[in-house]
Amino acid sequence: MKRYTDQGKQDTRSGFGAGMTELGRTNPKVVTLCADLVGSLKIETFIDENPERFFQVGIAEANMIGLAAGLTIGGYIPFTTTFANFSTGRVYDQIRQSVAYSDKNVKICASHAGITLGEDGATHQILEDIGLMKMLPGMTVINPCDFNQTKAATLAVAEHHGPVYLRFGRPKVANFTPADQTFEIGKALMLQEGKDVTILATGHLVWEALIAAEALEGQGISAEVINIHTIKPLDEAAILKSVAKTGCVVTAEEHNMLGGLGESVARVLATHHPAPQEFVAVQDRFGESGTPEQLMEKYGLNNKAIEAAVFKALQRKG
Amino acid sequence: MADIKALEALATQVRRDILRMVHAVNSGHPGGSLGCTEFMVALYHEIMELKPGFDMDGVGEDVFFLSNGHISPVFYSVLARKGYFPVEELHTFRKIDSRLQGHPTTHEGLPGVRIASGSLGQGMSVAIGAALAKKLNKDPHLVFSLHGDGELQEGQNWEAIMYAGSKGVDNLIATIDRNGQQIDGPTEEVMALGDLRPKLEAFGWDVMELDAGNDMAAVVGALQQAKTRSGKGKPVALVMTTEMGNGVDFMMHTHAWHGKAPNDEQLATALAQNPETLGDY
Repeated sequence: MKRYTDQGKQDTRSGFGAGMTELGRTNPKVVTLCADLVGSLKIETFIDENPERFFQVGIAEANMIGLAAGLTIGGYIPFTTTFANFSTGRVYDQIRQSVAYSDKNVKICASHAGITLGEDGATHQILEDIGLMKMLPGMTVINPCDFNQTKAATLAVAEHHGPVYLRFGRPKVANFTPADQTFEIGKALMLQEGKDVTILATGHLVWEALIAAEALEGQGISAEVINIHTIKPLDEAAILKSVAKTGCVVTAEEHNMLGGLGESVARVLATHHPAPQEFVAVQDRFGESGTPEQLMEKYGLNNKAIEAAVFKALQRKG
Repeated sequence: MADIKALEALATQVRRDILRMVHAVNSGHPGGSLGCTEFMVALYHEIMELKPGFDMDGVGEDVFFLSNGHISPVFYSVLARKGYFPVEELHTFRKIDSRLQGHPTTHEGLPGVRIASGSLGQGMSVAIGAALAKKLNKDPHLVFSLHGDGELQEGQNWEAIMYAGSKGVDNLIATIDRNGQQIDGPTEEVMALGDLRPKLEAFGWDVMELDAGNDMAAVVGALQQAKTRSGKGKPVALVMTTEMGNGVDFMMHTHAWHGKAPNDEQLATALAQNPETLGDY
């Protein structure tokens, strides 16, 4: 079994910040907007090095999305930055009309996504953002798994023409993907080949899936682990190829079970290859205050939950 | 010097286009369109510096954003008569497979349109963003925008107004169509806007007022003056009083024609008040 090494825990938002630093140096068309959360988004270096290409908009996210749409008219590539909650639900109609329907090349970059935002509680822990964004025609939705991948994704979205939702988080998590990786939008990554069950994970749950796969191996179960960093467009071919081999699926995501990766996968399976699927996701609830670890445990979003879901899926496969 | 007579003749033809477009599909928004006809004609045919053809980025030319997208009939007519697309295409307004959607969109690739609008209150932010892009590009051209007065009830406008004032976005000229009407009645009854001038001035804008928003010479003069007031550290607002339904007697002095099309008889009456000048589409 392939082993992955944690190169040292880091937050994915810092991967985004590192990506922005590099873009600031390499792509003069990249501009950044922020709604009063510069420190949280780790974009200080971009701002220091490119003050003329940074726009502080204050606590006014609707205006930020509109400014970004306008900045594309003139050839710029705007990256809007704030927490995931304020990047999506708060400004849905602005994104819908001024960005998505208007085909604007805006990158909506959202930190503190999901329940691992932690102590601030449910007002800030959006678990519906993937669903909101994936429903918009033409929107690309990306949820990378660690520091290195978030940095690579940040660089990749600047090269992609069209609106993108880039989702990342606050907690320090294992950094295990290669520092020099090339990020290919819409291309699922095979992390661990297996034959009994397919685990499709996104974001912070990818590392948990690898831990679960190792534990399962000790119990004689061969789990295939695939990193679905791009939820839309979804790599349907990779999913179907794996399920044709394993015959059952577990999806794992830090999101509501409604509207997330799991439902996208279920649609693909129902259409092309019906198979048992178990959902590791939040069970249509709001979050609450707590440490990220406590919340992942309580809401069933860790390697233990994935392991349990694998046993259920295997049982249903028969 | 502007040829006011020629602009007025064009405005009369645009009014005919508006009336015929909404009548043909028995839907659309004639009231605000008619009220802003002089403004739109003056802007596109006298005030803005425009390149031939159309490209989305609009570098090296003035650009315009329509925030109150429901007055698409006047926008489409003026764009067509400026040559952005064939005037014959006005026949397709609001019909299936058309580039002339009920509310303007970039999605169908209609030349002249740079943003979708219709859901109100978003155009000011977009216009400011485009103005910031012009500054980054060191493009001395201006950004113009048009907003309904009722539309200012949307909070995003005030975020945008605060931003433009605070950051000195002085290459923007935003016009407010102060017709005092909205769907449910007079703006001052539905949700009073009060005196817009001190409100905008308090946010750091240079504010001009124009009472005669349907007088072509006055509109041209006000827009020319607005241009001279740009580039001086403040965004420029033109609060322009207009008459909804202007040019058609039975559509004036009421909000009834905000989103209602005339029937055959009403159309004939309205067209008789606006005789053909440049040829119907």
